[in-house]
Amino acid sequence: MAIFLDRNSRVVVQGMTGSEGSKHTRRMLAAGTTVVGGTNPKKAGTSVDFDGVSLPVFAGIADAMAATGANVVVSFVPPPAAKVGMLEAIDSGIALAVVITEGIPVHDTTAAWAYTTSRGNVTRIIGPNCPGIASPGQSNAGIIPADITKPGRIGLVSKSGTLTYQMMFELRDIGFSTCVGIGGDPVVGTTHIDCLRAFQDDPDTDAIVMIGEIGGDAEERAAAFIESYVTKPVVGYVAGFTAPEGKTMGHAGAIVSGSSGTAAAKKEALEKVGVQVGKTPSETARLMRELMTSR
Amino acid sequence: MDLFEYQARDLFAAHGVPVLRGGVATTPEQASEIAADLGGTVVIKAQVKVGGRGKAGGVKLADGPDDAKAKATAILGMDIKGHTVHRVLVAEASDIAEEYYFSFLLDRSNRTFLAMASREGGVEIEQIAVEKPDALARIPIDPIVGVDLAKAREIAVAASYPEEILDQAAVAIVALWDVFTAEDATLVEVNPLVKTPDGVVLALDGKVTLDDNAAFRQPGHADLVDAEATDPLEARAKEANLNYVKLDGEVGIIGNGAGLVMSTLDVVSYAGEAMGVRPANFLDIGGGASADVMAASLTIVLSDPSVRSVFVNVFGGITACDAVANGIVAAFGKLRDAGEQITAPLVVRLDGNRAAEGRAILAAATLPGVEQNDTMDGAAKRAAELAAAAK
Repeated sequence: MAIFLDRNSRVVVQGMTGSEGSKHTRRMLAAGTTVVGGTNPKKAGTSVDFDGVSLPVFAGIADAMAATGANVVVSFVPPPAAKVGMLEAIDSGIALAVVITEGIPVHDTTAAWAYTTSRGNVTRIIGPNCPGIASPGQSNAGIIPADITKPGRIGLVSKSGTLTYQMMFELRDIGFSTCVGIGGDPVVGTTHIDCLRAFQDDPDTDAIVMIGEIGGDAEERAAAFIESYVTKPVVGYVAGFTAPEGKTMGHAGAIVSGSSGTAAAKKEALEKVGVQVGKTPSETARLMRELMTSR
Repeated sequence: MDLFEYQARDLFAAHGVPVLRGGVATTPEQASEIAADLGGTVVIKAQVKVGGRGKAGGVKLADGPDDAKAKATAILGMDIKGHTVHRVLVAEASDIAEEYYFSFLLDRSNRTFLAMASREGGVEIEQIAVEKPDALARIPIDPIVGVDLAKAREIAVAASYPEEILDQAAVAIVALWDVFTAEDATLVEVNPLVKTPDGVVLALDGKVTLDDNAAFRQPGHADLVDAEATDPLEARAKEANLNYVKLDGEVGIIGNGAGLVMSTLDVVSYAGEAMGVRPANFLDIGGGASADVMAASLTIVLSDPSVRSVFVNVFGGITACDAVANGIVAAFGKLRDAGEQITAPLVVRLDGNRAAEGRAILAAATLPGVEQNDTMDGAAKRAAELAAAAK
């Protein structure tokens, strides 16, 4: 097993005919993902060749689901059209929508979140501004490089793309059940807590790495959730200890306002509930390695 | 992007929020002219993006054009908590009967919008929240439904605004919601919202934060950027589409991915602690690592005169390390051809996808002043040592 994405996942790519969409469709196929098609209302009925694999283009997600049994959409739609893309995914009732797009206005994401909530959260949204989700050896939905790790029993949830990759790589000999990049925006569809709950409930995950960064209070809330729900060991890392106040550090959500959102406060909250927090990414990987090899 | 009070006031006025007449001045003469236009007593307010300007002497009343000129002369150029005053807002002076608090903001934790309102205004909201939490109404706003007059009135009632101003307050709140949505704001705060002795409701001071991600549909927002306060290197980086934040240390940082770069700053800070060196900047080159991107990054980082060493920290994911190594080699060529000097030693750490190939390319190129280190922690330590030695 794995969380949210497994060998039965059938992926449709929103924006497959664009440059990012086609580049990463090719990569997802190479990683063994079952990609069943793409969407573009202007090119419906055509098909696109990916190194010998011909994928049909549908007018929309609902059409793709009806024709192919797609149950995951990965979206590369540019920011101005991203809200409409998210609403379409929600209307289709597809199980999982992975929104890779960076730079979506927060009013649009907040509206999409309100909309999916009003419809009973049928569609799980991962992102936006995220690298996606990978269950090594099973499926890869998004832009996470598939070949830097292997299947195993660690679950990983992270706000940051590159730190996700680095952790996957450093622990590649032990391997991962699922790696989720939840994204660095102020409002995201799937939170640390959602992933912690799913990893706790996943019989094929033994331990969890959680990577956070400055801004908001998601890590503090995750700590409270760990205390009440998670019995599997959790190792944590928080980026941005030395970030200056009031400056946005790359990710739209990574900003320290006054004393809230600091890395120190997040680390303290996590350690208080028994999470071992690494000082650097490598030390974090080492803590997880010790944990997994001493079992 | 945080706005100045006068910019917030302009947006308020454009969306129908009641504000006092006034204008912004950069010289005492302009302040005097605006005071003459307004007539009567005016208030001269320092425009700085920091609280506590009143206590610092940045807000003064003036009883006419000459006095306005004198007061503006005193305030312009003043330093308030490290912020130099370049502009003053000259506005009609208003008598105040009562002060209230009001804001719309993004509630990250609950992934929705929130209205906060209180009958207690004029002091910092953090102070109200701590001292009189019961006096602060927090009303979630459904982004799809929005705020109409009925909802606005509900908020005003929850805040215990006095009965006689409820209608006026509701109209102002609907207009503020229009500012919040139409301008893609993540914060619209009025503090204080006042009632004058003759019962008129006015937004007397405002704070607005705009969402930078919405720039593509908010062409007017580019004019609101405070060019004077923008670091020149940050401005150059922005033109080159690089995500650069100037910091105050000696170790230049170039990396791929916001999280990794943030983490690199931390690791360099730890490594440099005992040596008295710190990161000089945040620079995220993002997904690609072409020669152009690498050359532009090196140029910008090395333009900072405090930089004594540079740490290039790349984890090869989608962009493989051999492509990054080729980018660095080509960047050196480009800089050499352009007659630019590489003025500080580079420590390069390549790891991840095709790391061995990338390291071999870099080793074979024998670039002057470039050394490799295979771990992030080791490379950070080395970069800090080099910076400390050259300090």
